[in-house]
Amino acid sequence: MSTEELAQIPSNTTLQRDGDVQISKKARMWIAAVLLILAVAAGSIISVRETLGEFTEQSPLINSADTGFVFISACLVMLMTPGLALFYGGMVRKKNVLGTMMQSFVALGIASFIWVAYGYSLAFGPDVNHLIGNLDWAMLQNVTLSPNPSYSRTIPHQLFMIFQMMFACLTPALITGAFAGRFKFKAYIMFLILWLTFVYCPLAHWVWGDGGWIKNLGGLDFAGGLVVHIGSGAAALASCLVLGKRTGYKKEAMPPHNLTLTFIGACLLWFGWFGFNAGSALSAGSLAISAFVTTQVAAGMGIIAWCLTEWANRGKSTVLGALSGAIAGLVAVTPAAGFVTPTAAMVIGFLAGSICYFAVSLKSKFDYDDSLDVVGIHGVGGILGSLLVGVFATVLINPDGANGLIHGSWHLLWVQIISTAASIVFSFCGTWLILKILGRCTELRITEKQEMKGLDITQHSENCYRL
Amino acid sequence: MKKIEAIVRPYVVEIIKNKLDSIGIGGMTVSNVEGFGNQGGHTEVYRDSEMCVSFVPKSKIEIVLNDEKVDDVVKIILENARSGQIGDGKIFIIPIENAIKIRTGETGKDAI
Repeated sequence: MSTEELAQIPSNTTLQRDGDVQISKKARMWIAAVLLILAVAAGSIISVRETLGEFTEQSPLINSADTGFVFISACLVMLMTPGLALFYGGMVRKKNVLGTMMQSFVALGIASFIWVAYGYSLAFGPDVNHLIGNLDWAMLQNVTLSPNPSYSRTIPHQLFMIFQMMFACLTPALITGAFAGRFKFKAYIMFLILWLTFVYCPLAHWVWGDGGWIKNLGGLDFAGGLVVHIGSGAAALASCLVLGKRTGYKKEAMPPHNLTLTFIGACLLWFGWFGFNAGSALSAGSLAISAFVTTQVAAGMGIIAWCLTEWANRGKSTVLGALSGAIAGLVAVTPAAGFVTPTAAMVIGFLAGSICYFAVSLKSKFDYDDSLDVVGIHGVGGILGSLLVGVFATVLINPDGANGLIHGSWHLLWVQIISTAASIVFSFCGTWLILKILGRCTELRITEKQEMKGLDITQHSENCYRL
Repeated sequence: MKKIEAIVRPYVVEIIKNKLDSIGIGGMTVSNVEGFGNQGGHTEVYRDSEMCVSFVPKSKIEIVLNDEKVDDVVKIILENARSGQIGDGKIFIIPIENAIKIRTGETGKDAI
């Protein structure tokens, strides 16, 4: 064709439109309906407030400083779940980012619902045979805005409930790192509900609930070494064994796709951990600050230990290593935070940083695919911390605690060994059973083809990066 | 007409672009590419897993231009992309049959 002929071809007018967005009539009606519903809801809440007014007359036992402190702590712990989503999201491949983050985030929804509906009652409600709570506190019946003598001497009972709810949101989210990139979303939701009900709630009752057998035995777990970290670590091992390896594991490289996300996530986790550990003192006093100090120094020593160990082994320290060291230190100090001195916390953090460095290579030796090292860091770190409570705990820091080995008593270490073993066995077997039974009813894994495409597209029809 | 296809280190692209601007080269296409050659790859470590990255990131510059400018452009690329180390890249010169400017329909020399 000649230049003239080429010039005659008319231009494509649709390309010239610069995206003027038209809201359809239908959409406008929907928006109006939603606004109307919101307005009605807001109106009804205000009227409920007025009728509730006389019931919420503040109990004289409530301490405002404690209440404010635990409120902030609960908010900090909430931040850990999105933090974890970023931490894990950065470590997976590009095609699994949203799916992995969603697995953590959706736990905030499911666990919040379950906790109010019956979870809090099962975990902390009136004791049945030292194994589980009954359903007297379901739907928060009898969970008032006044203090509760067993759990919250100076803060509203509902505040203690919601502080514990944040732990229940985080713990199942921690497990998701073990099976990153292969769990079907619908099956995961069912697993989440079953795991919280049949593993988390009983375990929390054993350790923290009034009448729980580990609590009665004298087992110490300040902020969740047994319940949160051993609970999730043992469940992680069971779940990656039942689900099997990722397709292409050990055959193709699966490097983290964006370590800056992981970095932000780890920092949010660390920040949230102050609420997790210091908040577990449940009062704004010397114990909370003691736990704050031990938390910080253990995390710091974790970084140093992991980096040094890595340096000695490979000649370089890595960023992912430093982040992992901090998390390992935080995990290990969790059960000990309110029972040990800062010096002991430094030892705990240092041991955690170097031992977890070696623990993450267990998966190659025993040939299981714990994708994001939940077993190596949360499992091993939790076990280490729980055992070291039996070594370093002292009543000088916390009169409600006990003396450990270096303060002259073998008893606590023995109790800690029993509690740790029981938590591992219970969580591992419980998770194994849940997944085996669930696997009979539904497909747990996405298909190999879907795995190639990734969780984001196949499970959620979304794409994280449009680059 | 010729097309110059140059594989270079990513950080020299901006410098080359500015130099080409000054001798009146009106356009070029840049893409981020990966490949292997004499430079080889490197090792990355993530916790306990070590992986070899055999493809090295490079930038590919594509310029279509009239024959008489080819030598000048090659000279500019050589001057700016050469560090003397392995991995500086390569330049390919390819004959082009025709070019058409989509907006106006102009062809040949007028189109570039």
